[in-house]
Amino acid sequence: MTDLTKLTVSAALDGMAAGDFSARELTAAHITAMEASNVLNAFITKTPEIAVEAATASDARRAKGEAGLMDGIPIAMKDLFCTEGVLTTAASHILDGFTPKYESTVSGNLWAEGAVMLGKANLDEFAMGSSNETSFYGNVINPWRRTGDDHAMVPGGSSGGSASSVASFSAMAATGTDTGGSIRQPASFAGIVGMKPTYGRCSRWGIVAFASSLDQAGPMTRSVRDSAIMLQAMAGFDPKDSTSVDMPVPDFQAALSGDIRGLRIGIPKEYQLDGMKPEIQALWDQGIDWMKAAGADIIDISLPNTKYALPAYYIIAPAEASSNLARYDGVRFGLRVEGEDLNDMYASTRAEGFGDEVKRRLLIGTYALSAGYYDAYYLKAQKVRTRIADDFKQAFQDVDAILTPTAPSAAFGFGEKSDDPLAMYLNDVFTVPGSLAGLPGISVPAGLSADGLPLGLQVLAKPFDEETLFKVAGVLETAADFTATPDDWWRG
Amino acid sequence: MSLDKATVAKVANLARIKVEEKDLDHLADELNNILGWIEQLGEVDTDDVEPMTSVADMQMRWRADQVTDGGYAGEVVVNAPSGEDGFFSVPKVIE
Repeated sequence: MTDLTKLTVSAALDGMAAGDFSARELTAAHITAMEASNVLNAFITKTPEIAVEAATASDARRAKGEAGLMDGIPIAMKDLFCTEGVLTTAASHILDGFTPKYESTVSGNLWAEGAVMLGKANLDEFAMGSSNETSFYGNVINPWRRTGDDHAMVPGGSSGGSASSVASFSAMAATGTDTGGSIRQPASFAGIVGMKPTYGRCSRWGIVAFASSLDQAGPMTRSVRDSAIMLQAMAGFDPKDSTSVDMPVPDFQAALSGDIRGLRIGIPKEYQLDGMKPEIQALWDQGIDWMKAAGADIIDISLPNTKYALPAYYIIAPAEASSNLARYDGVRFGLRVEGEDLNDMYASTRAEGFGDEVKRRLLIGTYALSAGYYDAYYLKAQKVRTRIADDFKQAFQDVDAILTPTAPSAAFGFGEKSDDPLAMYLNDVFTVPGSLAGLPGISVPAGLSADGLPLGLQVLAKPFDEETLFKVAGVLETAADFTATPDDWWRG
Repeated sequence: MSLDKATVAKVANLARIKVEEKDLDHLADELNNILGWIEQLGEVDTDDVEPMTSVADMQMRWRADQVTDGGYAGEVVVNAPSGEDGFFSVPKVIE
């Protein structure tokens, strides 16, 4: 029998529909693969018992002709989604032992469509990071390594465990969340497809909040079609999230026509950074050629405020985080460190419970919101955000989609950037502007770096035009024909 | 604007994060490095620009003013480090 873990979601759905294998067999193969990949540390909590039970129920549904969109597909759930009765940590010490009594809307939607949970995927603490080096539960390792070198590479972040589990064939797909690039950048580093929907497309209810005006859940998969299938299952209006948008969810798979003739693809000149790596520029040029060959019109565009996106983001996201994370005070959930009095208990709990990067951002955010500095930092950043969004609005009058690199480099080694927060922040230089504007974006694996690591290209589209996004991404995927996989050195 | 040790201590207190005296200098350097980089936002002309408070172009929804949920205090406090009888408990606040 073929190795069931190597299938795409769509092929596995076809296989189960044809009766070639059962959801139980598919899940069993993935549980074995997950157990054999412990060295990658992609999971904080594994739930094989829940998976087997869900797969058994899935087979029963399919036998009755009641299979859902993702029925029987084993996935990893980023440990930022609250899951009823299953430990939920946000990769932070401060949430020690937190076991929600409720289910996040997005994870609930996936279970309602039959998806099977293999476990909770590791991440950067509170989704703050670009390398998965800030998790209380340890670093996640990228299954990819440089050619002829066994130095461990970061998987990107913050959805690093999700990316690593999908790239290592431990999970068929995974959920991620993207605040400034946390789905797209790790997807690029791990050679998979990572998609951030338009802000408002997926409910944020039950997702541990980082920066509420930016956070969006999205799928991480090994094909663009799988991404469309999984988003279909995740998305939809939710009255419990006041920013969830009440509009119909289109049939995303139907958008994968493979035909982009006459579509206008924008190339923003400001994304050509000084000192950009030649191989990133070459990949981008290649992508432009693929778009042209498929019949699209390439149009040069200008997004003049691009350079200010990162500094604006590093005020807005920490400011929102400082407010959201105020709830972790040792009273309602998780860790408590006793102190001399109530205030001392709060401060001691938070000192011990949060890691360095989280503390750094909480202090920046608190400062930016404090009396006397609010206008200079927070209000200014919000105004710059308006200008960045206006740049995109202007550009989208002339183009249907935008093509850029996903990240300024391939995956790097552990410790190479963790001593310098600013160097780390630059990982998100191409993803943050679209996040600030609330746009849908997708990273598609498009080639290998000189030392054999995957590189992604990013497509951005207009708000709520995920159909064009998937259509362009599908053509990019076909042209790139990225079939490389990492050597399976990690299998124990 | 540059943060000195005393300001970092004040901000840490506002954020309710205990910071040891010996760590203040290092933390001030790190924060100043980040804030220095953020200063470039000053180059952007934002006169007559509205601050963005919501990225989605939508009207906030209204709902009927009705109780739609509740009645399970036991579940709400089940994850608390310390609690009893459906209440959270904290160190004594009033002498």
